[in-house]
Amino acid sequence: MKIKFSIYRYNPETDKKPRMQDYDLEVEEGSDMMVLEALIKLKEQDPTLTFRRSCREGVCGSDGVNMNGKNGLACITPLSAVKGSKITIRPLPGLPVIRDLVVDMAQFYRQYEKVRPYLINNEEPPARERLQSPEDRAKLDGLYECILCACCSTACPSFWWNPDKFVGPSGLLQAYRFLIDSRDTETDSRLSDLDDAYSVFRCRGIMNCVSVCPKGLNPTQAIGHIRSMLLQKGV
Amino acid sequence: MVASATSLGRSGLHDWIIQRVTAVVLAGYVIYLTAFIVSAGGLTFAVWQTLFAQLWFKIFSLLAVASLCFHAWIGMWIVTTDYIKPTGMRMIVQVLIILACFAFLIWGAQILWSV
Repeated sequence: MKIKFSIYRYNPETDKKPRMQDYDLEVEEGSDMMVLEALIKLKEQDPTLTFRRSCREGVCGSDGVNMNGKNGLACITPLSAVKGSKITIRPLPGLPVIRDLVVDMAQFYRQYEKVRPYLINNEEPPARERLQSPEDRAKLDGLYECILCACCSTACPSFWWNPDKFVGPSGLLQAYRFLIDSRDTETDSRLSDLDDAYSVFRCRGIMNCVSVCPKGLNPTQAIGHIRSMLLQKGV
Repeated sequence: MVASATSLGRSGLHDWIIQRVTAVVLAGYVIYLTAFIVSAGGLTFAVWQTLFAQLWFKIFSLLAVASLCFHAWIGMWIVTTDYIKPTGMRMIVQVLIILACFAFLIWGAQILWSV
C-alpha cells in the first residue's frame, strides 16, 4: 500500500520561500505505523528532511507537528488516525520556522516563564518537607501532566495574533497548577499578574487547545478556574 | 504591561464582567420583545406606541441600547487589537468605534424619549 505525503520544506539558508514536497511511502498492507516512524523512513529516502524527535512515546513533547490541519505528536499519532487520502505535514502554526518542521519555541517559553512555573513559599521551610493532603494533591491532577509540546498554544488564534501578550493555553494551565497548589503562598501576586486585558482574558473559549492536547488535558477549564479566582478577588 | 487607553474597562476582569452583564441585559430585552411581538397577535401602531410610552420600557430600552454600546466597544476593541497591527490605523478605527457607540446611545435616547 502506497501512502502519499506532502511535507512542508523550508531551509532559510538556501530557499527563498517555503514549499510543499511530495513523498510516497510503501507501507505493508493491513499494517499501521506512527507518523514519526513514517517521517523517519522518509528521512532515509531524503536525508535533508528535518524534524525534532526524542523519546518517541509522547513524553518529551519534541515532535509536535500539524498533520492534515490538526496539531499533535507525530510519535503517538497512527497514520490511520490522520484522515484524508494524502497526509500533509506542516510545522506547528504561528511560530517562526527554523527549518522544515522545526520551529523556534522561544515565544512559547517566554510565556511559560511569565507565569513563574515553580512553587513559591515564603514561610519557613519545615524540617522535612511541605506536606499536602491527598485532597489538595488531587487538585493538581490534569494540570501537572503538561509536557510543553506547544500543540495547544499553536492551535489557538488568540496566541497567533498576540503571542507576546496572551499567555496561551499551555502557560495558563501551568499558571492554574500553581494558583491551586495549597503549598504556594503567592496566589494574590500571581492573580494580579494575570488581570490585564490580554494574559488570560484574550481567551475566547473556542477550545482548540482541548481538541488537540495529546495528553487529553483541558486548558479551557483551567482558564475558567483562573477567571473565577480573579472574580472572587475583584467583586 | 502598559494599561490600554482605548478599552472600556480598567482591566481584563473589568471588561470581562461588563461584557457578561451587558450580554444578560441584551438577552433579556430580545426575549421580552420577541415574546411581546408573538403574544400581541396583530402588531398595530397603537400597540407599539403604548409599549414604548411606558416609562419602565423606555428605561429598559435605553439600558439595552447602552448595553449594546458597551458590549460593542469591548468586543470591537478586542477585534481591532487582534487584527489591526499598525498603531495609527488601530487608534483611528478604535476612536471611530467609540464615537459611533456614543452617537448611537444619544440618538437612541432621543428616539425613546420622543415617543
